[in-house]
Order: sequence, then structure tokens, then C-alpha cells
Amino acid sequence: MTDRLLVVVPAWNEAASVAAVVAEVAATNPDAQILIVDDGSRDGTGARAAAAGAEVIRLPFNLGVGGAMRAGFKFALRHGYDTVVQVDADGQHDPAYIPELVREARLGRDIVIGARFAGAGDYAVGPARRFAMRLLAASLSRTCGTRLTDVTSGFRLTTGAALPLFARDFPEEYLGDTLESLVLAARCGLRISQVPVAMRPRLHGESSQSPARAALYLARAGVVLGLAKLRQPPGHAAPDPSSTKGAP
Amino acid sequence: MTSRLLAILACGSGLVVVLLLLRRRRIREKYAALWLALSSGVFVLALFPDIAAWLARLVGVMVPANLLFVGAVGVLFVISVQLSVEIGDLESETRVLAEEVALLHRRIDELQADARGSSRPSGPDGGAGGADGLGTSSGSEPV
Repeated sequence: MTDRLLVVVPAWNEAASVAAVVAEVAATNPDAQILIVDDGSRDGTGARAAAAGAEVIRLPFNLGVGGAMRAGFKFALRHGYDTVVQVDADGQHDPAYIPELVREARLGRDIVIGARFAGAGDYAVGPARRFAMRLLAASLSRTCGTRLTDVTSGFRLTTGAALPLFARDFPEEYLGDTLESLVLAARCGLRISQVPVAMRPRLHGESSQSPARAALYLARAGVVLGLAKLRQPPGHAAPDPSSTKGAP
Repeated sequence: MTSRLLAILACGSGLVVVLLLLRRRRIREKYAALWLALSSGVFVLALFPDIAAWLARLVGVMVPANLLFVGAVGVLFVISVQLSVEIGDLESETRVLAEEVALLHRRIDELQADARGSSRPSGPDGGAGGADGLGTSSGSEPV
């Protein structure tokens, strides 16, 4: 009751599952406000979500998870929410864990990840992909100075100083919403931790598990991480809109 | 002799195209200046090929044409990197605008609903003032 909690659900063509997700979040978190960010869907996702009782904002075209979440963070800031939890629209994340994320955040964290491979649940992942995820987790654990087991989880709580930072500078490119945003947060001195959660298999859009795919994934993730560590952290104190990156 | 004439013609028409684009405001000055300088430079070289030969000797390049090639590759590289940077900036600006549009659109829907008096009291701070998790869909007032 003390927190003003906003559950942000980025949704792109998820009309099949979005209403169920809204209903489940409302049932498990009666105090939370639900915001669906319709990321340029063409299948009526936004209308389904509104009919299910959620607040909806509609992006005019597809921006990807990063852009959708940044819009969500902006919404949260402008409407006075102090905590944002991202929940995916495909039903993978169990909103019953949200109170646990909130509890962990109250211990003085800015970002809390709902993490697989930390005890709860038995999320099945192919060995190659599992190896890739372990490597990424190890690398980011060092960057963040805390043990993380699931750095690509989209089930995350954002609060405190992370909120204004992400409202302005949430990374928008591939894996930016997960990996790069953690690097950014760590470099800005934010406190990151995780809570073990069980995740459900996606309803659709299964990610491939072949070793070749895992290798490609790892390579791309490596590039993202490398670039993220090279980049200057933004001057997030300045609220002025002159966001032109200094060309060399 | 004809090849030289061709070169002069090509550079001349390049200059004219840039000037025309500039006149119709299709090119911004900052790019136009670059292309104008470039095509004037090549124009001068086409008129007086001895300059290229002299430059090549000065730098120690055997064939003057190679000096031109190296120069051209370098200039084009710089220009395309510059354009990539500009495109990236434009893209991120577009994204920010899209986010703003979505937020403003929802705000308009909300204000319209308020104006019709058909909705809950929802100030600029509206939303989560306690137990209003359900049944507060103001976002989709059909127009």
C-alpha cells in the first residue's frame, strides 16, 4: 500500500494472451496499476487490454521492448509512481512473484530481477543456450558486484534512482533492455539484486535451442556487452532534451 | 583529350546537381558545403591534371591516379561514417517522439473522457490512488 506500483506490460501482437495476463496481474496484485504499452500491434492487442481493464498507451509504430519500456518508465514518472515492474505479455512471468520483488526492493535496491536458475522452478533450456546464459550471468555478476543467475530475464522491478535514469536513457537496441541496461545501472552506481522465480514456458514464439543459434546469440550478446562497457554513462542529472550524442 | 573532357563534364554536372538541390532546399547547407567543395576540387583537378601529378610526386606515389583513388576512398569513408552517425541520431529522436506521441495520445483520451463527465476523477496525478486496479480503462474512449 505504501508503494505506488505500476506493472508495465510491453506487448507486440499479443492479443491472444494479453487479457489473461492483465487479469492475472490484477488478481494477484490488487493495489497495482497495470499499463499495457501496445508496441505498434496490428492485431488489436491494445483494445483487448483496455477491455480487460488495463491502462493502455499505443506507440504509433513498433519500437521494440526497449522503446516500449522507456515509454512505460516515462508514464510512471509523470504519474507519480515510484516502482515499475515489467511483466511480459506472453504469460511467461508469474505475477504472483511481484510482492517478493517488492519486498526485496524495500531492502534498498534499485533493480530487482526475477531470476530463473536460482532455486525456484525448473525452466528447461538446451545445454548450449544454458551455457551461453551462464557465461553472460557470470560476466554481468562481476560488473554489478552481486551474484546474478539470469541476466536476460525481462521480469524486473525498477525503482529509486533507476526510474528517472531509465525514463531517459533506457537502451533500445537488441538485448539493450536486459544486458545493456544492467551495465548502465551498475555504472551509475545503482544497487541490483535478484529473487528466484519460476517461469512458465511461453505460450507461443518458442526460442530456438540449437547450438548454432546459441553461439550466434552469445556472439551478439558479447558485442552488446562490449559496446555497453565502452560507452560513456549518460549525464543523467541533466533533464534538458538536448540528447544529441557527441559525434567524434 | 576526350577523357579529360568527360571528367570536366562529369564534375561540372555534379556541381550543378548539388547547386540545384541546394536551391530547392533539398540539401541542408552543412552537407552541400561538403559536396560543393569536393566537386570543385575534382573539377580543378580535371582542368589541370598536372596538379595531381605534382601532388603524387610530392607524396611519393608512383601513379597519380592511385593518389586520387586513395583520396576518394578516404573521403567517402568519412562521409559515410558521418551519415551513419546522423541516421542514428535521427532514429533515436524518432523513438523519443513516438514515446511522447503515445503518452500524449493517452492524455488526450483521458481529458476527453473527463470533459464528458463520463469518467472517474483523474487528475494529472491520476491512476493508482489506492485500490483502482480494475475497471479504470480510460485509455480507449471511442471517438
